[in-house]
Amino acid sequence: MAEAPTLFFTSYYNSRVGKIAIVTMDNGQDYKKPNTFGEAALASLHKAINNIEADKDIKGMMLCGKHYIFAAGADLMQVPFINTFEQGRQIGAAGHAAMKRIMDLKIPTLAAINGAALGGGLEIALYCDYRTVSKSVPAIAFPECFLGLVPGWGGSTLTPRLIGPEKALELIVYNALNQNRMLDGAKAFQMGLADRLFESVEFFDQSLALLVDLIDGKEKIERPVPDMSKVKQHCEAARNYADMRVHGAAPAPYRAIELIESACDLSKSVEECFANEDKALGDLIKSRQCKAGVYSFDLVQRRAKKPVGRPKDIKPRPINKVGIIGAGLMASQLALLFLRRYGVPVVMKDIKQEFLDKGLGYIKGELSALVSKGRMTKAKADHLFHITIGTLDWKDFADCDFVIEAVFEEMPIKQQVFAQAEEVISPNCVLATNTSSLSVTEMASKLKNPERVVGFHFFNPVAVLPLLEIIKGEKTDEITLATAFECAKKLKKNAILVKDSPAFLVNRILTKLLTDCFQMVEEGATFEQVDEACLSLGLPMAPFELLAFVGTAVAYHVGETCHKAWPERFPLNDRLQKMVEARIGNIYDGMGPGKKVNPKVAEIFANRGDKEFVKEEILDRILTNLTLEIDHILKEKVVKDPKDIDTAMLLGAGWPFFNGGITLYLDVVGYTPKVLQKVFFTF
Amino acid sequence: MKARKVVLVDAIRTAFGRAGEKGVFWNTRADDMVVKVIRELMRRNPQLKPEMVEENAWGVFCQEKDQGLTLGRTSVILSGLPETVAGYSIDRMCAGGMSAITTAASAIALGGCDVAIAGGVEHMGHHPMGATADPNPRFLTDKLVDQSAMSMGMTAENLHDMFPEISKEMTDEYSMLCQQKAAKAIQSGKIGEMIVPMTVYTKNGWVVADKDEQPRPETTLEGLGKLKTPFRVMGKVTAGNSSGLNDGAAGCILMTAEKAEELGLQPKMELKAFAYAGVKPEIMGIGPIPATHRALKNAGLTIDDIGLIELNEAFAVQAIAFMNEFGLKFPDEPKMNIYGGAIAFGHPLASSGVRLACHLMHGFKEHPEVKYGLTTMCVGLGQGGTVIWKNLQRDGKKESKDRKE
Repeated sequence: MAEAPTLFFTSYYNSRVGKIAIVTMDNGQDYKKPNTFGEAALASLHKAINNIEADKDIKGMMLCGKHYIFAAGADLMQVPFINTFEQGRQIGAAGHAAMKRIMDLKIPTLAAINGAALGGGLEIALYCDYRTVSKSVPAIAFPECFLGLVPGWGGSTLTPRLIGPEKALELIVYNALNQNRMLDGAKAFQMGLADRLFESVEFFDQSLALLVDLIDGKEKIERPVPDMSKVKQHCEAARNYADMRVHGAAPAPYRAIELIESACDLSKSVEECFANEDKALGDLIKSRQCKAGVYSFDLVQRRAKKPVGRPKDIKPRPINKVGIIGAGLMASQLALLFLRRYGVPVVMKDIKQEFLDKGLGYIKGELSALVSKGRMTKAKADHLFHITIGTLDWKDFADCDFVIEAVFEEMPIKQQVFAQAEEVISPNCVLATNTSSLSVTEMASKLKNPERVVGFHFFNPVAVLPLLEIIKGEKTDEITLATAFECAKKLKKNAILVKDSPAFLVNRILTKLLTDCFQMVEEGATFEQVDEACLSLGLPMAPFELLAFVGTAVAYHVGETCHKAWPERFPLNDRLQKMVEARIGNIYDGMGPGKKVNPKVAEIFANRGDKEFVKEEILDRILTNLTLEIDHILKEKVVKDPKDIDTAMLLGAGWPFFNGGITLYLDVVGYTPKVLQKVFFTF
Repeated sequence: MKARKVVLVDAIRTAFGRAGEKGVFWNTRADDMVVKVIRELMRRNPQLKPEMVEENAWGVFCQEKDQGLTLGRTSVILSGLPETVAGYSIDRMCAGGMSAITTAASAIALGGCDVAIAGGVEHMGHHPMGATADPNPRFLTDKLVDQSAMSMGMTAENLHDMFPEISKEMTDEYSMLCQQKAAKAIQSGKIGEMIVPMTVYTKNGWVVADKDEQPRPETTLEGLGKLKTPFRVMGKVTAGNSSGLNDGAAGCILMTAEKAEELGLQPKMELKAFAYAGVKPEIMGIGPIPATHRALKNAGLTIDDIGLIELNEAFAVQAIAFMNEFGLKFPDEPKMNIYGGAIAFGHPLASSGVRLACHLMHGFKEHPEVKYGLTTMCVGLGQGGTVIWKNLQRDGKKESKDRKE
């Protein structure tokens, strides 16, 4: 909480056109603690502007960030403590009051965006007459809608008036809802957010020179007039997009679209538009979606960076060669990940040359795709493929430091390949399993060195989803665990330590959800009805559509594992088994709107119950059971903290930020209190 | 092989800051200062395309951290010069930049390259002089040098012992005049023309470093008289009559006379001759005397042929010793350090040799009647270096007279 406030420092430069004020935003910390705007910052801004207004010799102002950071927006630390409309509205009004003074200055002003500019940090730049941006800026964005807010310090008004509604919607709504996509400096320039794009090397010198040239008329800025003619169509399209992403479950994007639409009516004064932004903040900051958004952001941005459960003070073993058992799609994805992140030799072992050829072909294809996209040099790709070894012989694992298996999800097979590997590898080599549900302890039980076995559960697609569940078996030792965590870090995955228990964490929750969904269909609900109800929670994908991605066989298999452990809560579904046997991978023909239940599936699911369901009932069943299951998970200490569950659901299942993963949602909408007479949340 | 004519086309420097936390460059990397100088040189001379530069030679005493990793090469990459430009770092303590000039010029003269950037940098705030050096104990155990040789201030005191006729009052008077000349040159805008402004980060935000921090135009004899003599009880050397500790970078463009003509660049001066000479480390300040004798001999000139002298005033006593040797007029020889010297501007070690060339280039322009000038400096551990330059900024009439010679 005691974050260093961002202050506005002013220095003066005597240029050929007279005195220029250079205002620097700086909280005195390094780039890992970006500039943010709280009360103290706004007070400091007022003071800086007072000084500039008072000095009649000043001919211009340049606004700068600190190294690598322009500003990262409002200080979110205050959000959890705001509970009324008026408090939220005040925050908006205070920001407007301070920043608009930049706009009201009588001298030319230029924002030199030298580093990351997010939310309020981008808004403050929009109050300046001109903007320059550095080519090296990696992140320019309005993440507000992603967090349950709207750009409410002028962004929803000034952006459409600068670059038009289409681009403003892209920046404020589409990008925010698309995993918070950010622009780099060049893209921000192309979009019209900045008037000039400069190299980072002399960025402030060039920006200052531009300001001086603008003041004495040597340079002029010409901007295209934004096209306001199709505001309605653009906003309608944006609403449809928001429906597709959040299904009405989060108010922020809709509110942002409304503000943008209204700001495009140029008969409205800026003050009027700002007042609307204030009201939107009043409504949104107190909302549960915003609180959850900020909570999720903190989990992912801060808490997940220091994985809970990583053994302290234990030096991980180096990994200089990696062995992969199997050459199927998962194995090949793993091989590619290790090659790209570690750059060490990777040996893939399978039982047939044709399997190897297929796996190696996949890797080669993916590497050349990277080359053609310009993301890797050909020489580097050639080298990486050169150190990728396909083998049928276990002996090639002899000098591996880390071996991971990705073979069929059957305990005897997994035990057998580990035993075979153990015959050739050194006693220090880690044996990791990518199992999605089987017991790591049991898998290790027949080995000479069971202490080197660890679960290393990736989520599909491996290159995209950032979560990795690390599973400690009964005998897994600390150095193996430390090595696994270090490995996860190098692979750029967020690791979470999970107890060895059926289906671990994310799959257990998803399986519980899917089991309930099937159960309700069994009782008489339709697939579409159940999917629709789940989407209204804001889930990224409906459960029966997700099933097609996971594969019916895998889903059934994980269900079986859970069923063995908790038969009452995880009943087996015979009809799903029939689908597996008939090799039907998808409930529906087609995806998204217009999808229809596959006739063969309809056949399998004939003669079900005839209970009528309404949406509320479906949700009530799902949420009640999720609450109970999560309570079991915490009591069994699968993970220790509900925050781990939320982090895992955000990063491993893509559940929405505005629900705070799942436990915060269950608390806030009342399920935890109702079902368990408590809340999950703890400080 | 006949040596080719080497000319200096342009020279520029950063402001010189005070070394240490209070200095304007405290949060700025030395290599970034070098990059600024290189880019400004290229910007000022658009006829010279980046790909024509073949060598990037940088003098730097302390070659580690932000001055390490072969600064002459890192600064090629960091400044956006093409990767085809070669680069190296070179060290001759205080004369690093001067050595970069003479070494690069030698390469050009011999046909090793046509165009080079040569410069010098020292961030004495980040790299206190000799802080990480590990002198061989034999220097002292074998009495190879006197202990005082390791402290530049003490070597200056030694010079006073050697030349008892140079009093403290004389060094203070010399220093005050130096500050006054510098103040005049700053006031007239002359010094501003030599400095490229650079926006730098400080704990109070970004500021534009466009002025030297060391000059003290308000200096009085009375004030100078009150300063402490840190190197010796009842000594003569003070902060007021020596050059100080500074951060700064300076660079220049060298090329063959032919290339300059081909590109349509007006060469400012021609490197006529140079020499370095060693002296006793304890009295390193007299280094410029033998070096200048040797350089004059190499050039076939006498001191009377020299119209402008830029001498790096490490210490006033050392400058006065030089004046005495060459019969220059104390306290204010009209042809020496006409814009003031290091006592006013500071002495960021390896950059100073290039600053001298930059001052001389501007002096030549102001004095077209002058045909030859020299830059000279003393070097720690007992050396001196002198470069003799021919003025190429003379009006046409005088130029044709030269040709007749």
